[in-house]
Amino acid sequence: MSRPEVAAPGAEKAPTGDLRRQRRWALWSAYACLGLFCVFFLAPPIYALVTSLKTSQEIAALEGNPWLVRDPTLANYAALLGSSTFLRFFWNSAKVAVIVVAVTMVIATLAAFSLARMRFFGSTALATGVFLTYLIPETLLFIPLFQIFTWLRDVTGIEFINRWWILCIVYPTLTVPFCTWILIGYFSSIPKELDEAAIVDGASTLQLLLKVFLPVALPGLIAATIFAFTVSWAQFLYPLAFTTSLDQLVLPVGIVTNLIKGDVFNWGQIMAGALLTAAPPVLLYAFLMDYYIAGLTAGATKG
Amino acid sequence: MAQAAAIGGALEERGASRGGGLARRRARIAFLLCLPLILLVLALVIYPAFYSLHLATLNKSMTRFVGLANFAFLFKRETFWMVVEQSVIFAVGAVVFKALIGFVLAHLVHRLPQRGQRAWRGMLLVPWVIPPAMSTLVWWWMYEPSYSALNWLLAGMGFAPVPWLGDPYWARFAVILVNVWYGAPFFMIMYLAALKSVPAELYESAEIDGANAWQKLIYVTLPMLRNIIAITVLFSLIVTFANFDIVRILTAGGPRDMTHVFATWAFKLGIESNDIPLGACVSLFMFPILGIAAVFILRDVHRRSRELAGVAA
Repeated sequence: MSRPEVAAPGAEKAPTGDLRRQRRWALWSAYACLGLFCVFFLAPPIYALVTSLKTSQEIAALEGNPWLVRDPTLANYAALLGSSTFLRFFWNSAKVAVIVVAVTMVIATLAAFSLARMRFFGSTALATGVFLTYLIPETLLFIPLFQIFTWLRDVTGIEFINRWWILCIVYPTLTVPFCTWILIGYFSSIPKELDEAAIVDGASTLQLLLKVFLPVALPGLIAATIFAFTVSWAQFLYPLAFTTSLDQLVLPVGIVTNLIKGDVFNWGQIMAGALLTAAPPVLLYAFLMDYYIAGLTAGATKG
Repeated sequence: MAQAAAIGGALEERGASRGGGLARRRARIAFLLCLPLILLVLALVIYPAFYSLHLATLNKSMTRFVGLANFAFLFKRETFWMVVEQSVIFAVGAVVFKALIGFVLAHLVHRLPQRGQRAWRGMLLVPWVIPPAMSTLVWWWMYEPSYSALNWLLAGMGFAPVPWLGDPYWARFAVILVNVWYGAPFFMIMYLAALKSVPAELYESAEIDGANAWQKLIYVTLPMLRNIIAITVLFSLIVTFANFDIVRILTAGGPRDMTHVFATWAFKLGIESNDIPLGACVSLFMFPILGIAAVFILRDVHRRSRELAGVAA
């Protein structure tokens, strides 16, 4: 009589233990899968790092495991950081990125503030239109833009093509629509009571924007800034089409067109250059990952 | 898009509550605040888009109107049809794999304990953060035929070396692989955010009804994620269709023009061969997919604003 009673708890225990084992097994297989994907995703940057630490002789020898470095050297980095052309590319990229971020944030903040809180003829259509504009790819616009700038030169006598600052004119078309879009989202989420309170206290529209909206929507502003910086730092087509002289190039195009000279591939330096170019956005991402992801997921974006 | 609708609703309610003169003054300020944006979009997006329609109807030296002769010329060229084919293969192939991998990854990360998720997500998003031109350079080096990292690994596993970029079909595979590598993390992040917004009660009640993991995926997850999947796939299709960096750097269209997509071919014709009208012509073929996307998005905005109006009433 007592036996079944003893057996019963045991019989109940077996399935829960089974379930736990199943759960643990599922978790470990998830880790294994993720690990494999991480290898796939991180292999290229790691391989770039390994190559950038090799001497030209080691790369040219074509023997042994290419994923290992035998006598590591920083010569490739030293060569790049000591070369005035590379520093020039870096400087041009930095100038363009800073100007584009500033211009973008001013235009986007003003427009988003207006579209989130005020109304004028066609404002709803404009909000939708901004989003559609964001979807127009740069590959559709570079040829007419090229022609427009050639025409402007003929009319005004100012050379537009092959000047680094032309990028400051065209990049905002890539950054402003999306930044406006995420800022509209952040601004609309601010409770209306807040601006009503400010208006009752006698705040002007400008004060409302500067003293209430900007501080409250700071995470949105950071996310938009990161987006604008990343886009202008990484853009490749416009600088490739619009700039050619060595002293006007920005980093991505400079590395692709200038470090590869004819048939001579100095892979060590190319990889070092690629990593140095990737460093600013990657560092930004490492420290501000949450803002980065918030911006990415804010308004179902491109990919 | 839900935002636009919500904003529209909020604006209406606000406008109605204001008096005449004040409302007009506010509308003027509102318009002025948007003016820089409007000017930027008009001058550097809308105008060039229409200008390229005009350019496409000119002869090579841009002195004469030739109507649709450029298009007729393109349709007769074999390369053009190859570019159409490759653009579709590239975009559809890459988007399908990006979406699948992104979906699987999002599920795997979602299943992990909360504290571990951040680190994994951080690592998996790295390809998306590196400027694509730079990561493509690295892939190019990995594809190098004589001493490539990939062929070395293949040799270690006993496979014959692969002419990654030398053979047209392998090259087509190679450019898609790089695009998948670059874009899958983005899908993962979007799906992960969407998965977190699915109410846990749905899964609990499905479990009580005896649903297994597969049934939960089909009957709970997929319907809940339908919208976000549709939108990310649509957007990604546009961007992948218009991709330039990867093909340009890896193969520059070769071997035998078989990896050219619309963007790289337009660049080659328009900028490198100096035939701006023909280049404009080619790039115009990216319009149809954009138009389709626009219709879907506008419909979505419209439907949501109607739903919103229904709730308000």
